[in-house]
Amino acid sequence: MSWLTETRWSPYVVGAAIGVLSWLTLLISNKAIGCSTTFARGSGMLEKVFRGKKVEERPYFQETQPKVDWQFMLVIGIVIGAFISALISNSFRLQVVPDGWYAAFGSSRVLRIAVGFAGGIFLGFGSRWADGCTSGHGISGTMQLAVSSWISAIFFFIGGILTALFLFGGLG
Amino acid sequence: MKSNTKQLVWGLIFGIVFGFLLQKGGVTSYDVIVGQLRLTDFTVLRVILTAIVVGMIGIHLMREFGWVQFSVKPGSLGKNVIGGLLFGVGFALLGYCPGTIAGAIGNGQVDALVGGLSGILLGSWLLAVIYPKIRSTILQKGDFGDLTLPGLLKVNQWVVIIPLAAVLVGVMLVF
Repeated sequence: MSWLTETRWSPYVVGAAIGVLSWLTLLISNKAIGCSTTFARGSGMLEKVFRGKKVEERPYFQETQPKVDWQFMLVIGIVIGAFISALISNSFRLQVVPDGWYAAFGSSRVLRIAVGFAGGIFLGFGSRWADGCTSGHGISGTMQLAVSSWISAIFFFIGGILTALFLFGGLG
Repeated sequence: MKSNTKQLVWGLIFGIVFGFLLQKGGVTSYDVIVGQLRLTDFTVLRVILTAIVVGMIGIHLMREFGWVQFSVKPGSLGKNVIGGLLFGVGFALLGYCPGTIAGAIGNGQVDALVGGLSGILLGSWLLAVIYPKIRSTILQKGDFGDLTLPGLLKVNQWVVIIPLAAVLVGVMLVF
């Protein structure tokens, strides 16, 4: 079972396994893998803490109710699964500034977290605008041959590559 | 167990497997994701395209057998092009996406937990706040509904699936 404790697996093995996982979620749960709706539900739950039932007056939260559902549990599961994988392969470590960020922008934790926060806002806003993320559109929707998902997935990467080009002053 | 509770447990189990795979694939790492966007590391592309090829063939076969149903998301140019670009900006700034950020948190990334997660929650909430203003305007621009590629081309699904699988494998051989 030493393969379980290896730090990295081939991306093709991982990709194929995610493909098989997509068969199973559809077959057993009648759901496609996705993540970003959970953050919308989570934000509604947080607003509910402050404003109570008034949250339900927002049309968005009438369509996407602030409650724990299948996908919410999936996202919690991702945290646990990644933690287990990191732990058994000895690659778990607490880190604020990723190596690649450090090499380009230095050691400031405040800068990294501030830019990460700004990125998070775009990510949350953009994923809900597009109605999906890298998993919901990028993997699940594309394999269902949805036009909405192929367009979204292509523009995720166009936006991402152009922003990286700007941020790092050129590619590579 | 009630069927609803049972499905929540299945969600958790599938999530644990998914998170385990994402971490093993290296795609919970900022460096790997940003490396893809800078076109120096093609791990993300390999994982996604392999998942699409394997998943696509399997789920379409299962649908032919009548075992599963699809839930194709309706879309529009206003929704998917603009939303996609905004998402991309965040993807590069943060270096994680909504799924891999959960994996990065499990991997011990404090930047994902403190900066990224609070940002995603705020961004999602902001969209919910402005939603009534964009719902029937910009999100409807260039609406094409729940169109699929075989529907667009008016062909049998396998006429799309087989060449597409070949193209995606070809792309992976090049990169």
